Formats: sequence, C-alpha cells, structure tokens
Amino acid sequence: MTRTTLWTLAIAGVVSSVACAPGESSSRSDTSAGGAPATATTGGVDLTGAGATFPQPLYSKWFSDYAAKTGIRINYQSIGSGGGIRQLQEGTVDFGASDAPMTDEEMAKAKGGPILHFPTVLGAVVITYNVPEITQPLNLDGPTIGDIFLGKITKWNDARIAAQNSGVSLPARDILVVHRSDGSGTTYIFSDYLTAVSPAWASGPGTGKDLKWPVGLGGKGNEGVAGQVKQTPGTVGYVELAYANQNKLPVVRVKNAAGSYVAPTIESITAAAAGAVEKLPPTTDYRVSIVNAPGADAYPISSFTWLLVYERQADATKGKKLVDFMRWALTEGEASAAALDYAPLPASLGARLVERLASIQVGTAS
Amino acid sequence: MSDATRPLVTARPDESGLGARIDGSAVGDTIYRWTTTAFALCVPLLLVFIAMEVAAAAWPAVRSFGFGFLTSSNWDPANGSFGAAPAIYGTIVSSVIALVIATPLALGVAVFLSEFAPSWLRQPVAFLVDLLAAIPSVVYGLWGIFVLQPLLREYVMPFLAGLPVVGRSPLFQGPAYGPSMLSAGLILAIMILPFISAVSREVLMAVPRSQREAALALGATKWETIADAVVPYARSGIIGGVILGLGRALGETMAVTMLIGNVHQISASLFAPGYTMASLIANEFAEATGDLHLSALMAVGGVLFAVTLIVNALARWLVWRVSREARA
Repeated sequence: MTRTTLWTLAIAGVVSSVACAPGESSSRSDTSAGGAPATATTGGVDLTGAGATFPQPLYSKWFSDYAAKTGIRINYQSIGSGGGIRQLQEGTVDFGASDAPMTDEEMAKAKGGPILHFPTVLGAVVITYNVPEITQPLNLDGPTIGDIFLGKITKWNDARIAAQNSGVSLPARDILVVHRSDGSGTTYIFSDYLTAVSPAWASGPGTGKDLKWPVGLGGKGNEGVAGQVKQTPGTVGYVELAYANQNKLPVVRVKNAAGSYVAPTIESITAAAAGAVEKLPPTTDYRVSIVNAPGADAYPISSFTWLLVYERQADATKGKKLVDFMRWALTEGEASAAALDYAPLPASLGARLVERLASIQVGTAS
Repeated sequence: MSDATRPLVTARPDESGLGARIDGSAVGDTIYRWTTTAFALCVPLLLVFIAMEVAAAAWPAVRSFGFGFLTSSNWDPANGSFGAAPAIYGTIVSSVIALVIATPLALGVAVFLSEFAPSWLRQPVAFLVDLLAAIPSVVYGLWGIFVLQPLLREYVMPFLAGLPVVGRSPLFQGPAYGPSMLSAGLILAIMILPFISAVSREVLMAVPRSQREAALALGATKWETIADAVVPYARSGIIGGVILGLGRALGETMAVTMLIGNVHQISASLFAPGYTMASLIANEFAEATGDLHLSALMAVGGVLFAVTLIVNALARWLVWRVSREARA
C-alpha cells in the first residue's frame, strides 16, 4: 500500500515537472483573451495586447496614465516578443509588441491580414565588464567586440584593445564572455549590430534571439548576465541600457559609423534613430534596423521597439480606441520615456508616425 | 414479499480468495463506483494526451533531423539547426551528481532520525529537513548564485583540482568560474534531499520492532542491526524515495538554469558549464518564433518525457527485483 502511494507520487512528480514548461503557452492564451473588467466610468471596450518584456515598464506607465486620462483600460502581458507575435497572428490580442521586426514569413501567417509596425521608443544594448584594474572608460570598436564574443580575443591586454585605449592600464587577465541564455530581444539587437560590423560574426553566429555562442557562459535574463559579470573578474557581457543605468554598471564606449567613441545615453540613442530615419524612404514600413547608424553622436547598438497592429481593424470600436491610444502614445506618451531610461523617438519621426496612423482602416468595410 | 427473500447486500469471495467483493444493489454505489473509475482514468488519459500533443508538435523537428537530433551538439536557432545531445547529457549527469550526493546524506538523516535521535530532537530535525522541500526553486537559484557559487569558485573547486590523484582526473579540469555542472548537481542534491529522507524515514519507522529486537537478541551491535536487519527490510521503500528524488532532479528547471551556465557542450569536467533539457525549454520557448525552433523545443520536451519514463521503468523493475529477492 505504502509502496503504491510512493510510486504514484514519483510518477506524478515526474509527469508534472515535464508537462510544466510546454503547458505555459496554453495558459497564456487563456488569460489574454479575458482582459480586464470594464470600469463603470467608461462602458467602453478594453484593449488587450501582448509581447515584448523590454518596453513593459514604459507601456504599463502609458496604460495607467492613459486610463487615468480617458478611462480606457488596456491590458498588456509582457510574455516575450515571440509570444506576442504568435498571439497577434492568431488574433487573440488587439495588438502585439516586439523588439525584433516580424519576418515576411511571420507576417504571411497572420490571420487578420497585413500587419503594420509602429516604432514606439528606442532601446539600446550596452556592453558591461568587470575588470578591477581598469578605472577609465573603456573604448571598443565593432570588429573588436565581435572578436571578443567570438572568442578570438582572449586577453584583456590584447593589442587590439590596447590600441583603442592608450593610457588605460590593461591587465593580462583572461576574458570570460557572458551572454543571455534565454531568447531575448536584447540578444537580437546585439547580434544584429555585430552582424552589421563584423563579417566574421555575420558568417558565424549571425542574428537572432537565440544564438549558437562560440564561447562563454549563459545567464538567464539581464540580472543573470549582470550577476555573473559582477561576481567574476575578467567577465564581459551585454545588458539593456535601463538595466545597466539602474544598477550603475560600467559600460563600454562603442565606436560608431562616424568614427567616434560614444557612451550609451538617452541622447546618443535618440541621435542614432534620427540619423537612421533621415535615410528612410517615405514609403518605409519601419521594419528597419538602426544599428551602426550614421551621425557623430549616434550610439551604434540601438534599436526600435515596435507596436504591431492589423492594418484592417475588424472591430470599429476597438480599432478607434487603439488608434486614439497610439496617437496619444506617440505624442504625449513619449515625454515620459526618458524618466524610465527609454530613449524617445526623434520629434520628426513621431510626427511622421502620427500621420501614418491614418493608414489604419477602422471599421468593417475593407 | 419478494424483497424479503433477497438480501440487500451479498458478499462473495473475490478471485484471490483473500478478501471479499461486496455487490450492492444501491444506486449510490453504482454512481460512486463509476465516478471513481472516471477519476482514475483521467490520469492515464491526461498522460496520453500530453504525449500525443508533444509528439505532434515535435514531428517537424523529428522529420528534419531524425536520429541526429539525439546525437548532434549543434544547437543553432539562427541557422535552423538543432541537436539536443548536450542537454540530454546535462540532464542525466546533473541528476546523477545530485543522487550520488543526496542519497547517502538523506539515508544518514533518515537512519539518525528513526534509530538514534531522542524523541525531543526527532520532530524538529524532521520538520527542518522537510522544510527544505518547501523552498521555491528560484530561491535556491539565487542562493546558489550568491552563496554556493562563490564558495565553489574560491574554495571547493581549487581544493578538488589540487587533490593528489583525483585532481588530475578529467572530472576536475579547466577554469573554475562558478556556473558549472557541479554547482547545478549540488543545488539539485539539496533540493531532492528532503524527498528521499522523508520517504526513507517513514519506511524505516515502519520496520517492525521485532525485526530490531531479533537482531539485537542474536548479539548484533547497533550498527549490524541497522545495516543488516533494518535497512534491508526497508530497501524497496528507500529505493522508491530515491526515484521520487530522481524524478524531481530530472525535471527541475529554474534553479538549474540559474546555475548551470547554459552552454551547449559536452565536457567531462564537472567545472565546465552545461545545459539541461528543462532549462533549454524554459530559456528559449518564450521567444521562439520559427516553426522549426518551436518544434525542436517540443522534441526536447518529448525526449525529457521519454527519459523520465525510461528511468522510472528501470527503477520500478529494480524495486520489483529487490523485493522479490528479499522475499526469496
């Protein structure tokens, strides 16, 4: 009798632990469809969205500010860009959010027709390190960063690092690379940059949210990478700007396309967008990478984060509320970005995007 | 009047002749019986559904990579190539490390509590050990990052590498960073210890007093009594506890992900980072958009499912053999 019970427990334990991870996806779609209960003040339709975790702090501020102003409640679940895209494709959410633009293949699978990309704010990836001997700011160019993360540069006093940092005392320590182990928009932006500036990287790991890393350790989340870097002398890793700022991590100044070494700041990231946007054609769909952007002040490892919406909004009420919200976000909303360590869009781009909202067809006619 | 001639309940001996099955005419009994049958069927049905879902979702990856999925070390989502060998290896090795460390410890705890501990000490110690099972996995992970890994890096790893003969074995080579198979195995050992010790304690306590007294009466020492009379009697139950722990170790995700280093490689060294199947799924599932990538992760889930089933089947067979030997 006792033995049977033990066996039941053993098997149940194994099964539940196995079943747990893949089961997540179904529970997510359940919760998103429900949405928050409508408040008495509005009587209006709530919007639901899902996607990227990176802009989540800003988006939640936007949604609460917007609810306070208009009474319209928006429910956003930061389940990751991949999950957001999948839910938008299925039509279980009203909008998606992603740190990486959707591919043509992904767009083709959307059940509700063409999807429009609207940049909302800018993010940046910073390179952080732990070398107790280095006290001055460290300068690195793209190919050097690429070779460090490829494992080709293995010592902190490598000639190529020294050449860019005259006057900085570099120790003969081994370099230990720390990268993200979980699929992440941060990894996407970082690898997108390295693909742009380092041919060896482009033909090797390439661009993606998960990569085949040639060297290093994987940490889970920004905190996993930063934790490992803080604890281990000789490490180098990458995290998103907001995380590095809030935790006061040392950051590398990266050489941009104009040849100057630029520290990641709100201004230098917005400058990157401004430089990149000038070159965009008027008909752009905004699925563009702005890494290694032109401009003397541009920080090169920057990227848009996007809201994803269907061009044809089947539900006229919801569609109108969505467009109204986006207009508010792209104008008044941008003002609260910098306080949360997000770089706002350049003003010219914001104006262009507000005009573009008119291309969203609201209503049943299509 | 015919009702009076028929008894309300009839009892007849069942097939084994040991008990009796009661046939009642009451409707409630029938409902009760079918309801519990339905409940009992739910579990196997659920298992079959999960297996089918995983198999269906994993099919594209299985078709693309075939058997190579199990043997290749190349996990490259950006270029659409997937091989799960390091994760399979890491899952098994980290669980084995955990078992090797936790089993003797847990057995020691159980023997102490059931044979030696004064009654005022037994309850508190048992409670504290059981409490280990209640700590959330992520807390173990954080403790591992901030306490266990620095200890390993600064003291344990240099010590192991510096041992006379053992230190030169391939198990203890390479730089000691902290995140490693060793730290993952250690944290798993701590996590499964309460399961093994709680079950072992219960079965040891259930060993009849006459068993101990008989051994003592024959002149056995305390040690001989425990080693030759008590533990063998409880052997199959203890193995059951170990299997319960192993099941937990194979599927544990969060703490392992935080400590193992998440690198797709197979290394003989316990100082080297690795990967486990559960960590791989947890790490990549949320952001996986490519169909093949998702399917490959599902296939990893399927392999994990299969590995746990095989391990359990093996263990079940082991217990069956042990208990048969004991009876013979």
